[in-house]
Amino acid sequence: MAKNENNGWNDFDIGALLFSFDKETKNIATTLQEDRPYSNSNSFTASVADWRVMKPVFNKEFCIDCQFCWIYCPDMSIISRDKKMIGIDMDHCKGCGICVEVCPTNPKSLLMYDEHLEDEEALIAAWPAKEEK
Amino acid sequence: MSEIKKIKNLKEFSTSADRFEGANLLCPGCAHSIIVREILNATNDDLILGSSTGCLEVCTAVYPYTSWDNSWIHIGFENSSTAIAGAEAMHKAKKRKGTLISDRDPKFVAFGGDGSTYDIGFQWISGCFERGHDMMYVCLDNEVYANTGGQRSSATPIGSSTVTTPAGSHSYGEKKDKKDMLSIMAAHNAPYVAQVAPNKWKDMIKKIQTGFATEGPVYINAMSACTTEWKFDPADTIAVSDLATDSLVFPLYEIINGTELNITYRPKNIVPVKDYLGAQGRFKHLFKPENAHVLDEWQKRTDAKWDLLQRREEARV
Ligand SMILES: Cc1ncc(C[n+]2csc(CCOP(=O)(O)OP(=O)(O)O)c2C)c(N)n1
Ligand code: SF4
Ligand code: SF4
Ligand code: SF4
Ligand SMILES: [Mg+2]
Repeated sequence: MAKNENNGWNDFDIGALLFSFDKETKNIATTLQEDRPYSNSNSFTASVADWRVMKPVFNKEFCIDCQFCWIYCPDMSIISRDKKMIGIDMDHCKGCGICVEVCPTNPKSLLMYDEHLEDEEALIAAWPAKEEK
Repeated sequence: MSEIKKIKNLKEFSTSADRFEGANLLCPGCAHSIIVREILNATNDDLILGSSTGCLEVCTAVYPYTSWDNSWIHIGFENSSTAIAGAEAMHKAKKRKGTLISDRDPKFVAFGGDGSTYDIGFQWISGCFERGHDMMYVCLDNEVYANTGGQRSSATPIGSSTVTTPAGSHSYGEKKDKKDMLSIMAAHNAPYVAQVAPNKWKDMIKKIQTGFATEGPVYINAMSACTTEWKFDPADTIAVSDLATDSLVFPLYEIINGTELNITYRPKNIVPVKDYLGAQGRFKHLFKPENAHVLDEWQKRTDAKWDLLQRREEARV
C-alpha cells in the first residue's frame, strides 16, 4: 500500500486487513458454524482435504460421546452438537490420527483407513470386533 | 466483570462454538492449535488477539485467508505483547473518555512461541508486566524455533538435538538447562502465572479462566508438543504430552502474586523421564551407552525441580 504523506504521528498505513465475516456479527462465541456469515477470506471456506494420506472413519455404534476426540482434534474437525459426536469435517481434517488414539471405546469408534477407500459403509460393515484384554 | 463460562465437564465444553478455524496450515497433529482452541473456548467474551511471528502466526494468516474469528493482529517476532498492551491501553483510555463504540469489555491475549518469549521478545513482555496491563500472555512452548527449521532457544532442554545443537560424535546436543520463565514472570510480581498442558484440559481451562478473571498481567506457559521438531508421529501428540506431565518434566502449577505456589496436578503413577525422552526422535542419541550420564542427569534435575516446587508450595514462598 502506498505511503500516505499526510500521516500524523498516530496514523499508520494498513498492511493487510481481512474480514472473517461478510456481515456484522455480534455474538460469534455462541453462534454455531452453520449460522455464521463466513467471508471468502475466512480459512473455514478453504479445504486441506488433499493433505490426507489416511482418513478417520467414524462408527457411531460404539461411540459413548465422551468428546475426547472433540477436545484433542487440532483442526476443529470433530463435529459435536448437543453433546453428541455426529461426524467429521472432511474439508478441514488433516488425517493426523489423534482422534483415533484418544478414543477409549473397545473396539474404537474411530479408525484410520487409506484415503482412497471410498466405500465407508463397507468399512463400517467390516469393523473389527471387540478386543479381548 | 463479565461472567465466567460454565464448563462442568467435557460434554458441556463440546457445545462451544470454535472461534479458531480449520484449513490453517499448521502441521497435522500440531499442539499449538489444541492450546489455542482450549483458550478461546474457555470464554464467551469478545477477544482481541495478537501473535508474534512463529508457526501459529505464519500458518493462520496466509493471504488471502485468516483463521481467526476475532480481531487478531500480527506485527513482528518480538512484539505481540506490546501490540496487545497498546490495544488494552487504548480500550482503557477510550472507556474513560466515553468514546468506545461498544460497551462490551473484551479480553486481551497475546501469543508467542518460546523463541519469541524466552529470547527475542523478552524485554517487551517484561515491560508489559511492569506496566501492569490487563492482558494475558501465552507462550506456546515447543522448546525450539520451529518455524525457521528447528534452532535451539533458551527453552530447549538439555540433550535435545536441534539444527544449531546437533548431536553427533562430539556432542550430545544442547548443553544448557532450560530457562525458568515461570519464576522470572512471577518475579515481576504478576498477579497470576501458570504452566499448562493441553492434554490436561480441565486443569488448563481452570487456569485460563482464573487468568481471565484476574486483573493485571497474566503469564501462561503452555507446553506444546511439536510433532515435526520433537520427532514423533502426529497421532501421538496427546500420548507424548501425557508422558511429559506424568514424568514431571512439565509439572503443572501456578504462582499467585509472585509467591503463593500451588501444584495443580500430581500424577498417580509417576513415569520415568526416560520414557518421555524415548518417545521422541530429538533425544534418540541419549540412549547410546556413551550418553547414559545425560539420562541420569535428566532424571536428577527433574526430581530436584519437583522437590523444590513441593517445598515452595509448603513454605508459600
Ligand atoms: C526479529 C526477527 N528475527 C527473526 C525472525 C525469523 N523468525 C521467524 S519465525 C522464527 C521462529 C519462531 O520460533 P518460536 O518463537 O519458538 O515459535 P514457533 O515457530 O516455534 O512456534 C524466527 C526465528 C523474525 N521474523 N524476526
Ligand atoms: S484425524 Fe486429526 S484432524 Fe482429522 S478429525 Fe481426527 S484428530 Fe481431527
Ligand atoms: S472419542 Fe470415541 S467414543 Fe469418544 S466421542 Fe469420540 S468417537 Fe465417540
Ligand atoms: S513445526 Fe511444530 S509447532 Fe510448527 S506447525 Fe509443525 S507441529 Fe506445529
Ligand atoms: Mg518454538
